[in-house]
Amino acid sequence: MAAIILLIFAPLLAGVINRAKAFFAGRTGQPLLQVYFDIAKLLRKGVVYSRTTTWVFRAGPIVSLAAVLCAACMIPLGGVRALMSFPGDFILVAYLLGLARFMTVLAALDTGSAFEGMGASREVQFAALTEPALLLALISIGSATGDWSLHEMFAVVNAHAWAAHGAVLAMATVALLAVLLVENSRVPFDDPNTHLELTMIHEVMVLDHSGPDLAFIEFGASVKFAMFAALLSGLIVPVRTGLAWVDASAALAGLFAVAVVAGVIESCMARLRILRVPQMLVAASVLAGVAILVALAQGVAP
Amino acid sequence: MTGSRFLLVSNPACIAFADVPELSPSQWRDALITSSGRLAALFHEPQSSATRLYAVVAFRATGKLGVITTVVDGSYPALTPDLPQAHLFEREIFEASGVVPTGHPGLKPVRYPHTTEPGVTDYFAVEGEEIHEVAVGPVHAGVIEPGHFRFQCHGENVLHLEISLGYQHRGVEKALIGGPNSRTIHYMETLAGDTSIGHATAYCQAHEALSSVAAPARAQAIRAVALELERMANHAGDLGALAGDVAFLPTASFCGRLRGDILNMTALICGSRFGRGLIRPGGVLFDIDADMARALLERLALTTKDLRGAVSLLWDAPSVLARFEDTGIVSKDLCETLGLVGPAARACGVPLDTRSDFPSGMYRFRQPAVATWPDGDVFARAFVRWMEIQESARFIEEQIQNLPSGPVTAAPAPLAPGSCAVSLVEGWRGEICHVAITGDDGRIAAYKIVDPSFHNWTGLAMALRKQQISDFPLINKSFNLSYCGHDL
Repeated sequence: MAAIILLIFAPLLAGVINRAKAFFAGRTGQPLLQVYFDIAKLLRKGVVYSRTTTWVFRAGPIVSLAAVLCAACMIPLGGVRALMSFPGDFILVAYLLGLARFMTVLAALDTGSAFEGMGASREVQFAALTEPALLLALISIGSATGDWSLHEMFAVVNAHAWAAHGAVLAMATVALLAVLLVENSRVPFDDPNTHLELTMIHEVMVLDHSGPDLAFIEFGASVKFAMFAALLSGLIVPVRTGLAWVDASAALAGLFAVAVVAGVIESCMARLRILRVPQMLVAASVLAGVAILVALAQGVAP
Repeated sequence: MTGSRFLLVSNPACIAFADVPELSPSQWRDALITSSGRLAALFHEPQSSATRLYAVVAFRATGKLGVITTVVDGSYPALTPDLPQAHLFEREIFEASGVVPTGHPGLKPVRYPHTTEPGVTDYFAVEGEEIHEVAVGPVHAGVIEPGHFRFQCHGENVLHLEISLGYQHRGVEKALIGGPNSRTIHYMETLAGDTSIGHATAYCQAHEALSSVAAPARAQAIRAVALELERMANHAGDLGALAGDVAFLPTASFCGRLRGDILNMTALICGSRFGRGLIRPGGVLFDIDADMARALLERLALTTKDLRGAVSLLWDAPSVLARFEDTGIVSKDLCETLGLVGPAARACGVPLDTRSDFPSGMYRFRQPAVATWPDGDVFARAFVRWMEIQESARFIEEQIQNLPSGPVTAAPAPLAPGSCAVSLVEGWRGEICHVAITGDDGRIAAYKIVDPSFHNWTGLAMALRKQQISDFPLINKSFNLSYCGHDL
């Protein structure tokens, strides 16, 4: 159920971010539905493949999108049930995202371009530091709630849980926000709008893709953002009434709030120097690690 | 150490050929490498059997320009080993005339005219297991000019950057020979599109010096207003672009609009946002009447206020300062060795500014304060721009309020035959140097243009050393050099 909501609303979130940025810049901004239009346009276009590339390059976008969609099936949206749920599913989510990244990196290396190689090297370096932050943040929530599947652990994050484990959940929220920004190449870690290949991290790896392949990548990217936004929304909107439509609307509102926050951060902050990015990621991991220790010391909520 | 062997003149000046000291190649070399001045231009004029080399040296302390010449045959001992700022000039002479500066450490063409394709050359390469090479351009992702950049990298660190230009070479200097004619001024206005007023003013000064015509005071004031508007517009655009490069949206968006507002002030005067058609030998073609003066002052006050708001955001954002500070440092020594000019030099703490060092036109009566900053990093280059914007706004206001009365054009006269004119103007990028040489028929026999970018590209390459390759776009933007002004 949650996965369907995510797939439908994912491209809209990108529109919300762009509108938030436009508001701060004093512009009208592009239509909210622009990303849907872009994807529809790209799906109708032909594809150009460089002669130096092999099947790896063609497989990259497809495998990546498939992996991201599988991962999305395990993400709950606040109190809304995930399609699949089992203890330890968050580890599978982390590694499905890892698989998606691995294929994107392989496809980038397959082009043999110096730019894409550079982007791949940066992406892998930062991913190695982001993954621990993600897992530690989720483990800290698990330690606080005593549940080890994504659905179960988020189903009990209500006002009561915040009262009992406020510090843990707050630290997990900050760590997850950092993970969301870096995984989705947002400011201050990356600049999704730049045209300067030398400064890009993620965008430079997909420069050679076109047509439906690029549509898959764009859609995969927006679903990925929606997944992390759903996790954050589950934390910051502790509405668990049991009434499906109330929970779903509250969680959706949280989803858009996360998109607005990302847009605001992007509007009032410059990008970090690339050297500083690993330091911020390590800080996020440490924060999540401290959250686990606090959760263990406090014990599971009664 | 003195300029004793040079013919010393003011800016702009008309010199009779017979007065230019002709030295032997070795005396000429000694005079240049021991002089205390900065090389403003070094160029050749082909003669029937040999090649004549001219050097123009700017002596800031005395405000004089020194000119000397020599005749060489086939080769001469290179200046570059002892005078690094000559290196691009000597490569240029080599590519155009075939005269070999023996002992030049990196002799190859600058712009590759006719003989080879641009960018096809032996690049400096660093050997090593972990060294990789990144080639950027000549076609770039943004709407910018073509140029090729070859980085030698160790991981994310840049060991060396080589810049290869010449894709925009149009043969302007050659096309000017036989002039002035109806095309000449248009070549000048399009040498570097964003410096239309700077180059047109430099040319008109040279033209007026050669024809002994003085532009009326009112025309001089209008030229100065236009030149400062050009500086404000480009500096404002650069500050916005610098903010854009670090993904700091507020300043990026506002400065983009404000640059347009300033360009529109130029358009109010002459109908062209870039000031084309405004400046002509003998004066200017458009006057500023009382209504226009009032409108200009109103717009200026409004734009300056908005700019202050937009740019202050930059200096107040720690995340921006963290990117700007200590990025792309050029030391003061290096700046003086390479002979950098303009805001790039002033950001290294070198207070050189043609408007106060070699004042001409309206600047003889009022010199804007020279803005310097000691650090030589991206922040310094940005902050010097901001100080210059404010000073230009004050200058424009003052000039418009006190416009001299009288006509705006003087009748042009033919050029003096067998003469040479040197003209310097402080364009927004730095010192623009034009040298015009007339033949016995009073037509242009040789014309040399030195855009400030020609001096400063080497500074950019050196600023990249030991930097992160991801900071290249930011450092490049902090210099914002012209490709077509370099390629000519």
